[in-house]
Amino acid sequence: MQFGLSEEQNMIVDTVRSFVENEIYPYESEVEQSGQVPHELGEALKQKVIDLGFYACNFPEEVGGAGLSHLDFTLVERELGRGSMALTHFFGRPQNILMACEGDQRERYLLPAVRGEKMDALAMTEPEAGSDVRGMKCSAMRSGGDWIINGSKHFISGGEHADFFIVFVATGEDQTPKGPKKRITAFLVDRGTPGFEAREGYKSVSHRGYKNYVLDFTDCRLPDAQVLGEVDGGFAVMNEWLYATRLTVAAFSVGRARRCFDYALNYAAERKQFGQQISKFQGVSFQIADMITEIDAADWLTLSGAWRLDQGLPANREIASAKLYATEMLARVTDTTLQIHGGMGLMDDYPIERFWRDARVERIWDGTSEIQRHIISRDLFRPLGA
Amino acid sequence: MKVIVPVKRVIDYNVKVRVKADGSGVDLANVKMSMNPFDEIAVEQAIRLKEAGKADEVIAVSVGVKQAQETLRTALAMGADRAILVIASDDVHTDIEPLTVAKILKGIIDEEQPGLVLCGKQAIDNDMNATGQMLSALMGWSQATFASELDIDGDSATVTREVDGGLQTIKVNMPTVVTVDLRLNEPRYASLPNIMKAKKKPLDEKTAADYGVDASPRLEIVNTVEPAARAAGIKVGSVDELIEKLKEAGAV
Repeated sequence: MQFGLSEEQNMIVDTVRSFVENEIYPYESEVEQSGQVPHELGEALKQKVIDLGFYACNFPEEVGGAGLSHLDFTLVERELGRGSMALTHFFGRPQNILMACEGDQRERYLLPAVRGEKMDALAMTEPEAGSDVRGMKCSAMRSGGDWIINGSKHFISGGEHADFFIVFVATGEDQTPKGPKKRITAFLVDRGTPGFEAREGYKSVSHRGYKNYVLDFTDCRLPDAQVLGEVDGGFAVMNEWLYATRLTVAAFSVGRARRCFDYALNYAAERKQFGQQISKFQGVSFQIADMITEIDAADWLTLSGAWRLDQGLPANREIASAKLYATEMLARVTDTTLQIHGGMGLMDDYPIERFWRDARVERIWDGTSEIQRHIISRDLFRPLGA
Repeated sequence: MKVIVPVKRVIDYNVKVRVKADGSGVDLANVKMSMNPFDEIAVEQAIRLKEAGKADEVIAVSVGVKQAQETLRTALAMGADRAILVIASDDVHTDIEPLTVAKILKGIIDEEQPGLVLCGKQAIDNDMNATGQMLSALMGWSQATFASELDIDGDSATVTREVDGGLQTIKVNMPTVVTVDLRLNEPRYASLPNIMKAKKKPLDEKTAADYGVDASPRLEIVNTVEPAARAAGIKVGSVDELIEKLKEAGAV
């Protein structure tokens, strides 16, 4: 067992943390108030990240990435978690699934995404297909050698800035003993494709400025060249490449919780009531003790999940546990921090109310807590035939 | 031209320092340590000189405990070419005194023959502000302290210094020792490719004895105390009341 970070890992953590503190924090209030990131600011951030060699650091070196291990990349995500997601979006981490690009798709999508010339967004969720991915209605039919897509997607993060979308669409149905099961195919869809419209979605309580988009397909015609992976192989690419995104949510939650915790700790040490610092009351100090214990536990759980991926060990259950525990921990930490701050915690003079709001979505997206519990429990019971 | 940049491992500027119970110094156990911010500025300046073609090699040097290796790696990740670690103590709480550091640096300079030494003006832990000046004296070189601008032109350097009355510009002959102030530049972040390269760059490990220097302390710390807590102020309702209070306090 070795629990320390290497010198390189420590420097990666230091660089990303300083970047977030110096280049992201100063703009957070503005983004929070206006609900958007000014275009020039986003582009300037992106350029700085490119110059630092961190852009698309989750991609292998042979396609121009930095080839970070899962563990190193999880550390990057953890430090980015401290900052506003609307802004850290420009610390580009394109979807790994683009590695499934073949032939000229590499030149058209993969390489420009890694170079920061094009931004991507992933579209899976539909109004009637959330956790039940296979329930998707958005479908593609064959027509004269092409595909005709109809349907809608929603909750599409990054839709505002995306030049192209990776869209999962039903391309048929198989009959199984358990009933009909949809076949899914992934498509690469350029913004501006006729029959395809991307529009701003709902106003969310979490992550203001990190907008969610709605995608509408009306007889949108796509050639075979836009299929990512195999036809009907959507689940295969999803499982191969999207497997680890739950870890990034866990890592985000740990980073954000640490930032939030510092507010709780310092406030408890300074705030005086009844003639003494509130940290002298066990009602407060024990909450602080519980918070740091939970944060550390979530941190180790998350890093060990990443380590397992690097070692090629089974990690499905462990990653689900990390996502479940870290996001629920973040909910408790932000709520307790707000409680320690009392009424001031609700006011937007402090970022606490924002941390508290932002935390809510983490238990929902990239697989709800319930789905994670399902994954964990099935992993345990399946071998027992139960 | 070679440039030598001495860097010190100090308590991170974000850490709220605590005095040790016995008053012998500041508690450094389990505390985040970083490169002295003024030294970071010096490293940045040296790298810029290299990028501008005015320096060929940037050598980072640290004198202290073995853990200062991390600080040197940071300098290498920023862009220094190689590093020299001089181990002068095995106790993280032992501060190596400026004269000791200056003597060791002199030993290194005698070997390396740099044209310029760029130091931070002081370390944020003990604020001695002495190493650069002592080194200049030991070497018999010129010195320019508190630099906020530096321009090297052949055999001389023009340095703008931040002095009490404003800015003073002086010209010094090379080789020289320049100590840098806060406004000289904004240090870069270590880029990811440079972080990955840092481990492969040479880092020589030496001891104080290698330079014939006795690193044992000559100064004794009698006591260390936290600054007195500032007393709470009062609010006054009017200018008249303000004047009255000031008179009471004997301030006017």
